[in-house]
Amino acid sequence: MGRAYGKQPLRFLIYLYEKIFRGLPLLVILFLMYFGLNQIGIRITGFAAAIIGLVLHSTAYQVQIYRSAINSIPDGQKTAALSIGMSKTKTIFYIILPQVLRLSIPGWSNEFTILLKDSLIAFSIGVFELMARADAINATHPSGTLSVLLFIAALYFILVFSINRGLNYLEKKYRISGYEVAAAR
Amino acid sequence: MAMLEVKDVHKSYGTCEVLKGVSFTMERHQTKVIIGTSGTGKSTLLKCINQLDPPEKGQVWLEGEELTNPSADLNRIRQKIGFVFQDFNLFNHLTALRNVSIGLEKVKKIEKEKARERALEELRRVGLEKQAHQYPAQLSGGQKQRVGIARALAMDPSIILFDEPTSALDPELIGDVLDVMKNLAGKVAMLIVTHEMGFARNVADEIIFMEGGYIIESGSPEQMFNNAKVERTRQFLGRISTLYGKE
Repeated sequence: MGRAYGKQPLRFLIYLYEKIFRGLPLLVILFLMYFGLNQIGIRITGFAAAIIGLVLHSTAYQVQIYRSAINSIPDGQKTAALSIGMSKTKTIFYIILPQVLRLSIPGWSNEFTILLKDSLIAFSIGVFELMARADAINATHPSGTLSVLLFIAALYFILVFSINRGLNYLEKKYRISGYEVAAAR
Repeated sequence: MAMLEVKDVHKSYGTCEVLKGVSFTMERHQTKVIIGTSGTGKSTLLKCINQLDPPEKGQVWLEGEELTNPSADLNRIRQKIGFVFQDFNLFNHLTALRNVSIGLEKVKKIEKEKARERALEELRRVGLEKQAHQYPAQLSGGQKQRVGIARALAMDPSIILFDEPTSALDPELIGDVLDVMKNLAGKVAMLIVTHEMGFARNVADEIIFMEGGYIIESGSPEQMFNNAKVERTRQFLGRISTLYGKE
């Protein structure tokens, strides 16, 4: 929103944030959040560091999803809303956002899938998630490695699959009638 | 005092001055048609009136209020100025009915049921009662434009500005839209930019001929078509009528 409608310097700050966090590998962000912050005296748990890091990383990508959705809405609709006496805020709230959210679902479902799987990387800063547990099991029972890994793969697949199905359903439910006709022509 | 007063309006885009001092007035329920070649500032003039594109110089007054005053409450005053766009600009995520009622609900704060009733009434007025629950993408161009007119009408405007309302339509559909506009003549003031000369001739109280950012000449259709004073007006209207036929 800020990137599309905001005034300077907000616009620039968002731009800067987006460039930085899209430019850094997730692993580097997580290490900075955990080991980096620890070194300058800010102590947070590995779990908190993982959450903050993942959110900062993913938000930078989501900015792009929303921005492209906002840009794909014809400017004329904004003009029309103003012409019937709507304020800018009302225009964004009643005219722009309902369309932006619908258009964002496919991109967002993609980003969500990536985020979910990226959360595995938190293993690297010692968060005791699935992979860490698998590692622990592997160390004590080496013969079970394959089955444990397959189990984790299946778990993630089911998780991602069902969430994406859910988002798909949302997308269909809130589809704007007539658009599918327009697309087929 | 006139209902709408446009005084010496100037507008530039970059170094290109599009309006070079335009002045005219309109009375209640009057219909005026602006004609002229493309790129002479006709559409810009409409946007200068409701301040979607504020002029750099000059004043616009509507019913005793100055819109060009920086402290004017534009959101309130714009409710009195309907705008019908060349490319419709309907809200794509809303049904025809909601396109018309949303302004009543969110701007005029009318309760939902009453807003719907009123919206349905306006749709009936433009002949689209049956299409009330269809979305813009399911409507034809002519139907979309009539929804656009209904949306403007619902706000009870004193004046409606039409920016080439039929130029994006198939010839067959133009008639439906022009019929609706004809029915409105005399009930609400209309300022119409159009190339439909037959319509201008039959419906307008006054025709304004613009070129190069100025009003060259204005007068009744009778005078403009048969007795134009300025040579350039005669030339323009002459060429138009050989193109489109006498009517």
